[in-house]
Amino acid sequence: MTDKFISIEGIAKRYPGAGGGTTAVFENLWLSMPRGEFCCVIGHSGCGKTTVLNILAGLDAPSEGAVIVDGQAISGTSLDRAVIFQSHALLPWRTVLGNVAYAVTSKWRSWDRAKVKEHAQTFIDLVGLTGSEHKRPSELSGGMKQRVGIARALSITPKIMLMDEPFSALDALTRGTLQDEVRRICLETGQTAFMITHDVDEAIYLADKIFLMTNGPGAVLAEVVENPLPKDRGRTDLHRHPLYYALRNHIVDFLVSRSKNFAAEKPDHDPRNVPVVLIGKPGLTIAADAKPEPPRETSWPGLSRPSTSS
Amino acid sequence: MTSSLRLRAGLVSIVLLAAFLGIWHLATRSSGTVAAMSPEYAKLMGLTATQGKSAMPGPLDVGAKLWEHLRRPFYDNGPNDKGLGIQLGFSIARVGTGYLLAVLVAIPLGFLIGMSPLLSKALDPFIQVLKPISPLAWMPLALYTIKDSSISAIFVIFICSIWPMLLNTVFGVASVRKEWINVARTLEVGTLRRAFTVILPAAAPTILTGMRISIGIAWLVIVAAEMLVGGTGIGYFVWNEWNNLSITNVIIAILLIGIVGMLLDQILARFTRMVTFPE
Ligand SMILES: Nc1ncnc2c1ncn2[C@@H]1O[C@H](COP(=O)(O)OP(=O)(O)OP(=O)(O)O)[C@@H](O)[C@H]1O
Ligand SMILES: [Mg+2]
Repeated sequence: MTDKFISIEGIAKRYPGAGGGTTAVFENLWLSMPRGEFCCVIGHSGCGKTTVLNILAGLDAPSEGAVIVDGQAISGTSLDRAVIFQSHALLPWRTVLGNVAYAVTSKWRSWDRAKVKEHAQTFIDLVGLTGSEHKRPSELSGGMKQRVGIARALSITPKIMLMDEPFSALDALTRGTLQDEVRRICLETGQTAFMITHDVDEAIYLADKIFLMTNGPGAVLAEVVENPLPKDRGRTDLHRHPLYYALRNHIVDFLVSRSKNFAAEKPDHDPRNVPVVLIGKPGLTIAADAKPEPPRETSWPGLSRPSTSS
Repeated sequence: MTSSLRLRAGLVSIVLLAAFLGIWHLATRSSGTVAAMSPEYAKLMGLTATQGKSAMPGPLDVGAKLWEHLRRPFYDNGPNDKGLGIQLGFSIARVGTGYLLAVLVAIPLGFLIGMSPLLSKALDPFIQVLKPISPLAWMPLALYTIKDSSISAIFVIFICSIWPMLLNTVFGVASVRKEWINVARTLEVGTLRRAFTVILPAAAPTILTGMRISIGIAWLVIVAAEMLVGGTGIGYFVWNEWNNLSITNVIIAILLIGIVGMLLDQILARFTRMVTFPE
């Protein structure tokens, strides 16, 4: 069958609840990703997306279950899995070069200064920050900071990139440019990428697969939507593709209505065999019977273009 | 804009200083000859009685005396008559020694406590009790156990400057932004390297603020401590000149204590700025 480069097997995350018991953010979550694929997770705020990402990164341990990457159960963080943080998380006392070099020296401890610098410079150039190497984070714009975060993550040549709403704090224009860059870099380097987003268009542009999560607590992975758009899609002519609106409506529809009462509507949902939705391929799709959602009825920020969701 | 503000503020400062000196001068000047008295008695009483001169020296007396001191800051005519430079030197050396010892203890210890929630909880009651004790209350105990007045003064400085540094280090280390720690964790940075490359720089502004508070307290305490232990130092000088009824010298000492304290504070403030980076 499909090769499972990343396999999340039955993880649960529970926190001590209010009345002495425990509340589960999610239970028995299964999810897998093949090598080289770009996957996006969409779900409402608080459903546990960051929790999943932190578990994948090894920053957090699941209460139950395991995460298997490349045939090995993970225990803790790894230089193979780079994280791009939502709040960029640059070290303010280091320059741009210093921040990237910190990651480089962490991976290759025996390298001398010149080699570290050269390697870091390559990735600073890659994200288009040539000339700003010696600036400190406080002297950079939000978009530039996020680029440094991307350069830092890429500089350790990871096998997997984990991104937690990396562009949500940026304006639409900067976000578009960075989306282009991340997509280009991921395609060029064959990264396996896992990205959380609130922006439906961002997911459609970047992702090969979109994971839809229901609302928490007790969130489940409801569907895996395969992106039917061609691999060489462009950000600007995305909406011209005949399947674009079907795909978009399907996702928005899920977020607006089905994410709330998913458990009630599908009591026989099997978390180990999450339905894969193939938009535009009749017989396999569930999108056919999903009624298109009039945009006015929702406050989901992804609906308005250009999107300004946070 | 800002430079003109600074200029105006400077002008106001000078005017205020001039006004203060003027009032001081008027308030303390001689009021001319007073009632006649027998020359022998007048000789005995000195200028205070004979010319209506106030016992409080005026700015000109202080200025003249200060000039005298500044010309010979390092003379040494035995235990009760040393130059002001020597006395200040003794005080600064004591403060410096006690303070450095406190730095050496407080920062590593604060690091450990800050990084370990267990130690932090376990040591908290001790710190809470020890912190509010006036450093001078330790003096008898120090004199009894150490049996050396000079080292006792150093110990008092040590004990008074340790708390702000310790508490600030603990707080700074414990409240390093989680995301910076997470950066180090995802890069598989070892504990020791993480302590030096992430936690120390992140906590440095808080630690240095603690060090700045400490040096201020240490300088406050040294004067009182030296008054108690005697022998040398600016605190002893103040006490000795009070016994000599030389108010002029007392005023000069007060002025110098203020200036040295300000300089020490400025040095630490500069260090704090050097390690503080806006995000
Ligand atoms: N330390 C904690 N203790 C208790 N509950 C927690 C803790 N951390 C997270 N949670 C809960 O876990 C749930 C999922 O949080 P998570 O941060 O993963 O949400 P999210 O999907 O990333 O949301 P957002 O889109 O707003 O970032 C939330 O309901 C939150 O209340
Ligand atoms: Mg989140």
